[in-house]
Amino acid sequence: MASRKAFFQRPISRRAVLKQTGALTAGLGVPSLGGFSHLYFTRQALAAEHSPIGTYPTGSEGDTVCIGASVPRTGTYAVQGEDELKGFQLAVEHINNGDELIMKMAPKINKGVLGKQVKLVVADSAAKPNQAVQEQQRFINENKIVLMTGSTSSAVAVALNKFAQREKILYVTGISGSNDTTGKDCVRYGFRQNFYGETAANAIGPVMLKTFGKDKKAAFMTPDYTYGHTVTKSVNDYLGKNGGWQMVTNQVSPLGTQDFSQYLTNIANSGAEYLINVNWGRDAVLSIQQAKQFGIIPKMTLVVPYQIPFLAKETGPELTAGVLAATDFWWTLEDKYPLAKMFVAAFDKKYGYKPEWGAENAYMQFAIWARMVSEAGSFYPPDVIKQYEKGETFPSMVGDVHFRSADHQLVRPVVIVRGKKPSDMKNKEDYWEVLEVVPGEPLMQKPNDFGCNLGDYT
Amino acid sequence: MINWPLFVSQLFNGLVLGALLALISSGLTIIYGTLGVLNLAHGAMFMLGGYAGWLAYTYTNSFIIAVIAGSLFVMLVGVLMERVIIRHFYSRPHEDQLLVTFGLGIVFVETVRFFFGSLSKLVPAPPALVGITPLGFMFYPTYRLALLGIVVVALIILYLVLYRTRIGMIVRAGIEDSGMVDALGIDVYRVFMLVFGIGAMAAGFAGIINAPVVSIAPDVGEAILVQTFVVVVIGGVGSFPGAVLGGLIAGEIISLTSMFNPGYSYVMLFVAMTLVLVLRPYGLLGTAGRE
Repeated sequence: MASRKAFFQRPISRRAVLKQTGALTAGLGVPSLGGFSHLYFTRQALAAEHSPIGTYPTGSEGDTVCIGASVPRTGTYAVQGEDELKGFQLAVEHINNGDELIMKMAPKINKGVLGKQVKLVVADSAAKPNQAVQEQQRFINENKIVLMTGSTSSAVAVALNKFAQREKILYVTGISGSNDTTGKDCVRYGFRQNFYGETAANAIGPVMLKTFGKDKKAAFMTPDYTYGHTVTKSVNDYLGKNGGWQMVTNQVSPLGTQDFSQYLTNIANSGAEYLINVNWGRDAVLSIQQAKQFGIIPKMTLVVPYQIPFLAKETGPELTAGVLAATDFWWTLEDKYPLAKMFVAAFDKKYGYKPEWGAENAYMQFAIWARMVSEAGSFYPPDVIKQYEKGETFPSMVGDVHFRSADHQLVRPVVIVRGKKPSDMKNKEDYWEVLEVVPGEPLMQKPNDFGCNLGDYT
Repeated sequence: MINWPLFVSQLFNGLVLGALLALISSGLTIIYGTLGVLNLAHGAMFMLGGYAGWLAYTYTNSFIIAVIAGSLFVMLVGVLMERVIIRHFYSRPHEDQLLVTFGLGIVFVETVRFFFGSLSKLVPAPPALVGITPLGFMFYPTYRLALLGIVVVALIILYLVLYRTRIGMIVRAGIEDSGMVDALGIDVYRVFMLVFGIGAMAAGFAGIINAPVVSIAPDVGEAILVQTFVVVVIGGVGSFPGAVLGGLIAGEIISLTSMFNPGYSYVMLFVAMTLVLVLRPYGLLGTAGRE
């Protein structure tokens, strides 16, 4: 039944493509009908050549395409996951109604992608890799999804990367800061918008050395999975090599730890001057609050290398005042980037608060995907991947950006922020001051430095 | 680097953590001992205590009122839960009891998330207990010291109720053989309701007094449930002294292991549980034959 329906719909959707492309050609003032029809028939011939792969062509035969999102809505990363989800939802809404903002990043979309409305199907991953993979498998079976997303833990991102490559379904990460995501565990079918932990370290490192000086002692707090280990290593390597800093202790805790007293006791006993906290989500909130209870803060200066959405809101600005952090996005960047201003306004209007970087990352990922599919003119995954790999520069909420073809990592700036004192806050969401926007390209290691091998297209 | 101050500090951490686990576990163990129902919503009770207390705190700014409100609210929830749902499950298989309490736990957690969101809430410690206290070998958060005292007092009260009152005698008799208690003309179901209420209150009380240490979120009880379950297994099902001993052992294992490698803290806890199950299947202070 479904396939019959799809069969009868196919000519209509092709006409829609024809109409759109025609309108676009006319709009661009290219009145060459011959050239256009040539393009059209070439595309038809190409489509005929494509053998089925992943959910292609079934997933894109109807008038709607589905995206599967497995985001944490419970557990340690629930707060950040919920924000991320809102970013995805806003992007889908904008794709479907052709909002001005998304058109700036993906100019060829027109009330949907290639004439098809986009539908988001969502499940709670609780930041657990197995759960996320099972959910996406269900979405593939039931919804024939054309794209997967969602991760607030790099463990999930890495698992979905591998799953994407195996199932030949495109995957754009949600939040994922591990060096492995587009490094050791990179795949042809996976793409990341937010930066490497290594890039964050290379951006915040110089600021730390300039602010705090050389030859200091640091205690690290690290969550026990890929993100934590790689970020801690990157930051420690940078500070050690360039500033002679010494790691006096590294307290590794499992995701979801609630009582950090044992770890903090070790840190209090370590003689460190700086507390570099790589924990994330609720783990970060609790470890920072408890470090304060133990008097470690303000005795030691806190640094958060990879910023955590809602951290200041949860701990209170008293605890984040003066704290240095590297982040993807902070809403006051609206003063610098017009697209950021549009995004913050649209998000605030819909959800009643300023978006954190999880939401911004999510929105960007979908906007970029919509751009790539509409530019490629096809949902055929290898075509879309090749479009990403062209590495074209396009506008975004943090200025012009482009993808690196060799590791599928977006080249984008890193934003260095410092926590504001409560007395300096201009409104209740004015937690961070943007110190620097550091261009990404010079901060990035070579694509294969972490052993990236993308794998096959088909 | 392991030195004496660090060792003593971790020993102390283990004591504080262990005391808290002992309190929560004693609630779980007396419910299981008496009613034969393993309450998988016990972690949610801990969470509810925190939220009820936090709500009371936001309206009154009084920590004491918050503690009273948190405890009483959870006791009420426990009593209602027993009257409305659990009592229908006494004669049903254990799997049904596990499922219904597990389900109730999810309902409680998600209801709280629906109304208050996932952002964590902090109940500040009373002003007199804020700050750090020098103990000679280390500086320790004053409130955590107070917490140890509060928990010890609560455990003593629970002990007195169980071992020095008539109702406590009935409860202990019920743990050994509830059928016989019933045969002696005591309304055992009323006792069950009371035990469920007290057991839940122990978790709720722990939930609110722990809130100034670990800020609350809807999932705060999830990890606690697993730990208290381990404590009950180590100490012996249905044994109040077992819960106290088990709690302290668990606290020390977690703390002392973390001195060498925090990653192995919970591994060692489960190793200890396995050893107990192999060598003394009824737990350290448990008795053979209890359900």
